[in-house]
Amino acid sequence: MHETTVILIEVGALLLGMSLLGRLALRIGISPIPFYLLVGLLFGNGGFIPLDASADFFEVGSEIGVILLLALLGLEYTAQELLSNLKQSRVAGLLDAVFNALPGAVLALVLGWGPVAAVALAGVTWVSSSGVVAKMLRDLGRLSNRETPIVLAILVIEDLAMAFYLPILAALVVGVSLVQGAVTVAIAVGVVAAILFVALRYGRFISRIFTAEHPEPLLLGVLGLTMLVAGVAAEVNVSSAVGAFLVGIAVSGKVAHQASQVLTPLRDLFAAVFFVFFGLATDASELVSMLVPAALLAILTMATKVATGYLAARRGGIGIPGRWRAGLSLTPRGEFSIVIAGLAVSAGIEPRLAPLATGYVLITVVVGPFLARIPDTRWFKQRVRSRQAAVTSRSRG
Amino acid sequence: MGVRIEKVDLPGIGVRHDLLTGTGRRVSVVSHRDGDHDLAFVDEDDPDSSSDSVELTDDEAAALADLLGSSISMTRLTSLAGDVAGLYTEQLLLPTDSPYLNRPLGDTKARTRTRVSIVALVRGTTVMPSPTPAEILRPGDVIVAVGIREGLDALSRIIANGPD
Repeated sequence: MHETTVILIEVGALLLGMSLLGRLALRIGISPIPFYLLVGLLFGNGGFIPLDASADFFEVGSEIGVILLLALLGLEYTAQELLSNLKQSRVAGLLDAVFNALPGAVLALVLGWGPVAAVALAGVTWVSSSGVVAKMLRDLGRLSNRETPIVLAILVIEDLAMAFYLPILAALVVGVSLVQGAVTVAIAVGVVAAILFVALRYGRFISRIFTAEHPEPLLLGVLGLTMLVAGVAAEVNVSSAVGAFLVGIAVSGKVAHQASQVLTPLRDLFAAVFFVFFGLATDASELVSMLVPAALLAILTMATKVATGYLAARRGGIGIPGRWRAGLSLTPRGEFSIVIAGLAVSAGIEPRLAPLATGYVLITVVVGPFLARIPDTRWFKQRVRSRQAAVTSRSRG
Repeated sequence: MGVRIEKVDLPGIGVRHDLLTGTGRRVSVVSHRDGDHDLAFVDEDDPDSSSDSVELTDDEAAALADLLGSSISMTRLTSLAGDVAGLYTEQLLLPTDSPYLNRPLGDTKARTRTRVSIVALVRGTTVMPSPTPAEILRPGDVIVAVGIREGLDALSRIIANGPD
């Protein structure tokens, strides 16, 4: 059989299977991400049926998937939103970073993986999945709740923090000397700050390059600019994902709305490819040995996320049930954790990071939606009510 | 009349507007960027969450807004004359077989015949205050008139059957 024919058959069969799994995920009420990862594991290194012909396709596709994931994330936010959230929720963001990044860093050091892996694993445990969390809030009908802006603000700050974190990690994994590393990091941070500034001041002009009326030129234009900037960013070690994210932020207004509509189907396809590819590149046999550390890390950092959300909501003057809702809805980690692990692993830092991150994301993404539903149960509401009644009677008596 | 409306940004999703009613309830409208709207009512037990939320499409939201808007205009109009003794405001639906259908409002000679003032015309969801005599009456129009009881009754007869 011809090479390309095999690719068609392999990719086609895989996508078809993933579509069925995606429907299953919807039925259960969880994100399809864990299924995509499992599909990858099944067919990858050490898996049951290795895919040979389409490996190249998945590699390129996953690269585009990361870029599109980040570009669309950027399109959802305007530069003004990022800044105002940064001003209002600095403390919550800081709390979030300390509570959730530290456990990952500590575990990596305990496992003896070295400081660079510690920085990477810190990122993996730090960032909640804005995609999964935002969708969950929508599905649970919580968009009009008062704690929701607080939850969203934490997500926004994390995403913005990634714009600085990823270039730093990218510089670190290259493994340069301390002075050289500091220079690279400084350049990276400078470039990000400069692009953010341009996006904030001149976003309107960048949007004017495109026309919102015609979908086809818009699709090609925004996709082209995103890939171009992502490529240039990667060339100067700022990580392609961040370049794409910044393009997303710079494009604003009606053009941003239209662009996200035309790019969303592409994103869905290539993001799925990205998760499968990560699974493919992960050694399935290693996953079993990493399952215990992954589970421990998941339990610990889900607890710290709950604490983060709880405290942030309390600072925002939210009542006790709302604090729990905020905390419990923040637990799922997703695309960013995989992006970070992928960045570290592809640079040759600690191969066991990939199975650990896979297991970790699998657990948090699957458990998260169930945790988020707890505050809606009658059991929870009764507990809160009886607790409150006890407190008031004690304070009276 | 001060009504408190709070605006809260929902980054990545849209905007939420809260309206606090005089009875202490909070009604929230979430406007999604993609044009959808949620109308939510706040749970009285837990003021941070909503007890019920209704999804509305763009058209449905516009229809609901018009409905509320026009009913408010009507109550404001009716409250105008309320305090003067003997003076009434009435909303008269133009009968579909009215002789004045598609003719100018002036043809009814309402003022001369009944001494009633026509203060507004309501057409669908729009309210036309102080219509000119040249205004053409359309099917389904509601005539808002102010006058004494007898005059209003007479006007009602005229628009239904023409002058006696």
